[in-house]
Amino acid sequence: MALRRFDLEAGGDSFAFKSETEEKIAFWRGKYPADKQRSAVIPLLWLAQKDNNGWLSEPAMREVANRLEMPYIRVYEVATFYTMFRLQPVGKFHVQLCGTTPCQLRGAERLKEVCKKEIGKPMFVTDDQRLSWEEVECLGACVNAPMVQINDDFFEDLTPESLSAILGRLRHGADVTPGPQIDRVNSAPEGGTTVLTDASLFDGSRTRVSALPNLPKPPEPTPEATGLPEADAPTNTKREEPTSKEIKS
Amino acid sequence: MLQDKDRIFTNLYGLHSPDLEAAKKRGAWHLTKEMLDLGPDWLCDQIKASGLRGRGGAGFPTGLKWTFMPKEVRDRPHYLVVNADESEPGTCKDREIMRHDPHLLIEGCMVASRAMRAHKCYVYIRGEYIAERHALEKAVKEAYEARLIGQNNLNGWDFDLYVHHGAGAYICGEETALLESLEGKKGQPRLKPPFPANAGLYGCPTTVNNVESIAVVPTILRRGAQWFAGFGRPNNSGTKLFCISGHVNKPCNVEEEMSITFRELIETHCGGIRGGWDNLKAVIPGGSSVPMVPAEQIMDAYMDFDTLRDLKSGLGTAAIIVMDKQTDLIKSIARLAYFYKHESCGQCTPCREGTGWMWRVMERMVRGEATHDEIDTLLDVTKQVEGHTICALGDAAAWPIQGLIRHFRHEIEERINRYRQPRALVQGAVIAAE
Repeated sequence: MALRRFDLEAGGDSFAFKSETEEKIAFWRGKYPADKQRSAVIPLLWLAQKDNNGWLSEPAMREVANRLEMPYIRVYEVATFYTMFRLQPVGKFHVQLCGTTPCQLRGAERLKEVCKKEIGKPMFVTDDQRLSWEEVECLGACVNAPMVQINDDFFEDLTPESLSAILGRLRHGADVTPGPQIDRVNSAPEGGTTVLTDASLFDGSRTRVSALPNLPKPPEPTPEATGLPEADAPTNTKREEPTSKEIKS
Repeated sequence: MLQDKDRIFTNLYGLHSPDLEAAKKRGAWHLTKEMLDLGPDWLCDQIKASGLRGRGGAGFPTGLKWTFMPKEVRDRPHYLVVNADESEPGTCKDREIMRHDPHLLIEGCMVASRAMRAHKCYVYIRGEYIAERHALEKAVKEAYEARLIGQNNLNGWDFDLYVHHGAGAYICGEETALLESLEGKKGQPRLKPPFPANAGLYGCPTTVNNVESIAVVPTILRRGAQWFAGFGRPNNSGTKLFCISGHVNKPCNVEEEMSITFRELIETHCGGIRGGWDNLKAVIPGGSSVPMVPAEQIMDAYMDFDTLRDLKSGLGTAAIIVMDKQTDLIKSIARLAYFYKHESCGQCTPCREGTGWMWRVMERMVRGEATHDEIDTLLDVTKQVEGHTICALGDAAAWPIQGLIRHFRHEIEERINRYRQPRALVQGAVIAAE
C-alpha cells in the first residue's frame, strides 16, 4: 500500500467551492438515497480537487465532510486511500505517466526520462507552475501503450519525441490533441482494421427481426377453455347408480 | 475467425456514432420490452443456457449468479452494481464499451435488473476514465429523455441507473471493496459470507457484474442462447473481447470467438509477433494476475478458460500481454510486484507485508544480487501469501512470481551467477572480446 500524507502548509486555512460547482454537487448527491449521502464523498472530493487547482488541501476535505455531515477522519481516510486525490500542490498540467508492465514493455521508461529531463523529479512543480509529473499504476489503455494522462485526457501511443512535443506545447499554452499520437483510430490496429466492415451491421438490418427466439411454450389449454371433455375421462359418471332394491326387483 | 455478422460490439473502435439513434440502428434497444415482459425465470434460464461466464476474470456463470438473488423483494430493495473499475494491467475492453457502445451496457443493465428484480443500478467506473464517464452519462441522459429507462418508462419496468466513479484504487475492482467504496469508505474488501446477494450495497441484496458480462446480455437474448453457445468449445462458449498488448506488431482490441488459437488471434488481428514467431518468449494470457505461459506452450493453445487453466494459468479478463525474446522477464515481473505492493489495501497482514517483501526481493533479483536458495524462499513466501487473505489480491500478487519461477528459473539463476562472478574476470572477458 502507498503511504500518503497531506501538505498542511500549502493548503492555507480555507476553501470554498466555486459557485458553478454547486450544480454538480447537487447532481451527485441526487444519485444516492437521502440517508446514504456519504456515498457522494469520492465525487465531491474530486470536485473539490478540481476547484483547488488540482490537489486536495485539508480545508477542502473539511468542507466536504461538513457538507456530507461526516466525521473529518472518515474523509481524511478516503482522501489518503485513493491515489487520484493529490495531497500536495501540482502544476496546471499534471502528467500521470503509466509505468506498469504493458506500458513498460512498449517503452514507458524512455518516457520517464523525458519527464525527468523536461520537468524534473516526480511531483516537482516547474517554476512557471505549469507542469508536474508522477508515475502511476495501470491507467487502462494498454493496447495504446505507452501512454500518459494529462489532467483529464489520455495521450496514447507515445514516443519520447511526441511526448516531448506535447510537453513543449503545454508549457507554451498551445493546444494539444488527446488520443493516439500515431496513425490509428482509438484501439483499432495501426493502419486500420479489417473487421467490422459489413455494411449491414449499421443500416438497421438488425432490427428487422420481429420476435425473440426461445419464447416459453404457451401452457396446454385447460378443458374448460376448449369446451372439450377431458381425454380418457369416463363419460357416463353422471348417471344415477341403481339401488340394490331396483336390481333385485 | 468470427464473422462480422456475429459480432456483438459493432462499434468497438468508435468508427460510428455512440448516440442513441445510431445505436438503435445497430440493434440496441430492439425488443427490450418483450424481454422484460417474459420475467426473471426466462431471463435467467436463457443466460444459463447460453453458457455465458463472467467476463471480469473469475469466469463464474452469469445466469447462475443472478439466481442467487432472493426470489422476492421484501423490505430491502435489490441492487445491480456494474463493475466498470477496469484496472487489471493489460485490460482495456470495458473502456471501449462505455465510450463507443454505451447503449448496449445501459440496456443490459435494465434486462439484468429485471432478472434480479432490481429497480436501481449503479455503474462504478474507475476515476481515471473521465472521458468514458462523460460518454456514459451522456448516453444515460439520452435513454432517460427517450423514456427508455426511468420511472414509468416505455419498457414497463421502473428502472434508475446511476453512474458513480472511483478515484484510482485497483482493489475497488474486487466486488466487496467496490461496494465499500460505493458506500463512501476506503475500498477494503469485506469478509464473505455474507455474500453480496444477501447483504451487499447498503446491506441490501446486490449482484456485482462486469461491464462486458452485462453488455452482451441483450444481444444473446435477441439472437438466442444457442447462437451464443455455438461459439467456442463446450463450457467456454461465446464471443469475447481480447486486448492484445506488448510485443506484437499491431496491438489492438478485438472481439473474437472463444477457443480461437493464440496463433490465429495474433496473425489475424495483430500482424504477428514482433520479430516473428521464433522471437516469442512468454505470454501473460489473462491480465497481470495470472501466471505467464512460455512460448512453446501458448503458441497453438486455445484461448479459453479450460485450456489456460490446464496450462496453470487462466483466461482472466482475456488481456494478453505478449513478451518477445528481448524482454527482461524478471524486470517485467518485478514491475508487477511493485504494482501489487502499491495497490494492496493494507487490511490483511500477509498481503500488506508480503507484497512489499516480494517486490524488494524481486528488485534484487533483477540485478542478480541474491543467492540461489533465495529463489526457493521467495517461492515459499508467495505460497504463504496465496490463499491467506480476505480477497484475491494476495493470490494475484503471488501468481506472476510463481509463474516466472516455474518457467524461467534458469534465467534468475544465470543472472545471479553473472552478478557473483569475480568482477576482474568479467572485465577480463570484456577486454578479451574487444
